[in-house]
Amino acid sequence: MKREPKKIEEAGQVLLQEINEPGDEHLTHKRSLWNVIAIPGLAILTGLIIGAILIIATSTTVYAAFGHSFGRGLATAWQEVITAYRALFTGSIGDPARIINALASGEEAAIRSAFNPFLESLVQATPYIFAGLAVALGFRSGLFNIGVEGQLFIGAACATFVGYAITGLPGIIHMPLAFLAGALGGALWGFIPGLLKATTGGHEVINTIMMNWVAFRLTEWLLSGPMNRPGAGGMPISPLIQDSAQIPQFFQTPIRFHLGFFIALGIAWLVWWLLFKTKWGLNLRTVGANPRAAKYAGLNVAKSYMLGMALSGALAGMAGAVQILAVNRSMALGLSSGYGFDSIALALIGNNHPLGVVLASILFGTLRNGATRMMVVSRIPIDIVDVLQAIILMFVAAPAIIRGLYRLRKPMHEDETVFVSGWGGGQS
Amino acid sequence: MTSTTQSIAHKKIFEISPTRQLAMGIAELLIAAIILFGFVLNTQPNTLTRFVMTPGGIDIGTMADWIIPTQPTLIILLVITAAIGIYQLIRGFGRVTNGMVGLSGLCLLFGFITWQAGGTSVNLGGMLASAVLLAVPITLGAFSGILSERAGVVNIAIEGMMLMGSMIGALIGSITNNTWIGLLGAILSGLFLSAIHAVLSIKYKINQIISGTVINIFSAGMTAFISQKYLQTNQALNNPPLFSRIPIPGLANIPLLGPLFFNTNVFVYLMFFLLIVIQVALFSTRWGLRLRSVGEHPRAADTLGINVIKTRYMAVLLSGLIAGLAGAFFTLGSVGRFNEGMTAGKGFIGLAAMIFGNWRPLGAIGAGFIFGFADAIGSKLLLLGSTIPPQIMAMAPYLITMIVLAGFIGKGDVPAADGEPYEKE
Repeated sequence: MKREPKKIEEAGQVLLQEINEPGDEHLTHKRSLWNVIAIPGLAILTGLIIGAILIIATSTTVYAAFGHSFGRGLATAWQEVITAYRALFTGSIGDPARIINALASGEEAAIRSAFNPFLESLVQATPYIFAGLAVALGFRSGLFNIGVEGQLFIGAACATFVGYAITGLPGIIHMPLAFLAGALGGALWGFIPGLLKATTGGHEVINTIMMNWVAFRLTEWLLSGPMNRPGAGGMPISPLIQDSAQIPQFFQTPIRFHLGFFIALGIAWLVWWLLFKTKWGLNLRTVGANPRAAKYAGLNVAKSYMLGMALSGALAGMAGAVQILAVNRSMALGLSSGYGFDSIALALIGNNHPLGVVLASILFGTLRNGATRMMVVSRIPIDIVDVLQAIILMFVAAPAIIRGLYRLRKPMHEDETVFVSGWGGGQS
Repeated sequence: MTSTTQSIAHKKIFEISPTRQLAMGIAELLIAAIILFGFVLNTQPNTLTRFVMTPGGIDIGTMADWIIPTQPTLIILLVITAAIGIYQLIRGFGRVTNGMVGLSGLCLLFGFITWQAGGTSVNLGGMLASAVLLAVPITLGAFSGILSERAGVVNIAIEGMMLMGSMIGALIGSITNNTWIGLLGAILSGLFLSAIHAVLSIKYKINQIISGTVINIFSAGMTAFISQKYLQTNQALNNPPLFSRIPIPGLANIPLLGPLFFNTNVFVYLMFFLLIVIQVALFSTRWGLRLRSVGEHPRAADTLGINVIKTRYMAVLLSGLIAGLAGAFFTLGSVGRFNEGMTAGKGFIGLAAMIFGNWRPLGAIGAGFIFGFADAIGSKLLLLGSTIPPQIMAMAPYLITMIVLAGFIGKGDVPAADGEPYEKE
């Protein structure tokens, strides 16, 4: 993609484009597939192995069996892990036998409920997609948005308010309006740290952490005060949103699969298009790759930071909005199971690419959904998912560990994703 | 060699950006405006505020009630904050800028309770006593951050280490029925997590903020997992003994100060002990000089023969040790049982106190006390009959930190190489 600079101002941009996207497409493509899959794949596998060890180590039946004989202990440990992971699989993808039976019987209801575990995994994945995109877009713009959790809460609060306070609108207007309100709330919450970074140099990591806690306290107050449900008896919970604000679910009640999943896919495509096909996206990425060079090329670095944080916040706000409008239908404090922090892992596993983020989100949604079933069957607390996610994040962020474990060769050329440094130096 | 390292560490010039000078001045004048319009103009003349100065349950070091005229007191506070704000706008306070913001904040808090208790009485002594206790985890968290960041490793995992420390402290304390062994367990758990942080960020050079996030997610998950698996199913495992109040003979009899600082929890004593140790070690010993030089300019430190990697490992491990100690306070020093997520962001407030305190132990403890005082008032708001929701009050530390940060970065006392992995050439 050689491009002749037409104007003198464009010269810098063309140069940067060439720095950013080195030629020789063939070479990059050949190494990329294995390279992209290997590390996250092995990270997930290793995470599951460590999870298995955790399951064995905390199982009293295994200890009892080891007391009997070593062989029986090993067998019980194996049995224990298989039972747990089978529950994880059937709870998140579906029971193959049941699916086949349902398909054979041809009954619509049976088919639907056989596929429900998988559909529920997609439901769980939906907020992850938005939140992961938020972090990925931030990273691409050279911003570490650790405040997705707070932006999500504010977005959810805004969507909830528009969802219940406005009445008499048709669904075709009310639902998008509420969704947009969520995006705007998140955008505002992201924009403030962006503005502070651009104008005062305040580091976005500290500011977004602080904004997280301000958001938690603010929503706590909103839900127990101005937005409290009448007759909730002091419980911090909002009124139910209007029917017209709901994002429709496709099937009857036990199946929660909803339109939001497809909205998420659409937004992911939009983010990809924005980042890689528009001049705005190029500017964001150029500033993200090297703010100093971007400054000399005549780009407005301050504007890029504000835009990047606002867009990232908007995506995070959507995560909260979709969860309220499609699934919860009212807001309570237990809205998020740590989507904001897990999303950092999603962005890294997905290599900060929208498609990668979508795939990683579906994986995490599947894990979380399956863990619910695992909790019922094997009485393993669902929080094991957080442990797994932390371990996966660690391995993805430190590929050298995985390479060491599996004796992989270091690739000749590796994309070093440029992350922000700490708050000491490195500021322009 | 010592003289050369010294010159590096002292070369940095302290400067305050104009934006920051302006922002701080405006913030202080805003506080003055709140005192004027919120409190002074809302008070009847001739009302009296009565402060009970002895915390409840204390029989040595008692003190008579303190009765002050409400409105004149508020006017004095107003004059102080307005003067600080005006001087800040015109000349600036330089090195003590944050201290002056803190002083204004204290005036605001004190003004608030003076106004709120106008015409009635409030137990200020009890409030201060709980402020000291609430300051403990925040200050220890800040100390933890100072040690690691002074050596150039950002530690946002303080929260996770504290949470793990509180859970392990409760678990081991319950099993052994011994507070000290529980405390040791908590400290070791912090040490363990910080070792992971150190290996990830120093050896594998992964982004230190990501590494911290890994530990935060891991701790939240692991503590909840163990809590549900064991602590909730078997209450005997979640019933640790508590550190009791230990009066220091003689000093405990001093009115007000005695009950606050000399007849209290062992954690408060440890906090002051660590304050002195860290202050002296960081700023008056060769060890501290080396540690700081590693955080300021690792390459230069390396050239002078300082082992950068080893120094950073040591700093991060010490940081984890203190974070574990801070965690133990929750279960062994205050509540007496572990609840999921019980640190509730105190680790992040510790981070805030570290920043507010300019990466210095004395500043950190000052910030810790202010945040603790705000916390103590916040938890008593309903008792005071206030209409201000406690959640709004609880936002204050975070907002203050964001204000203090404005125009701060890259200047002042922030370690210059904070957050940057070191690669030997």
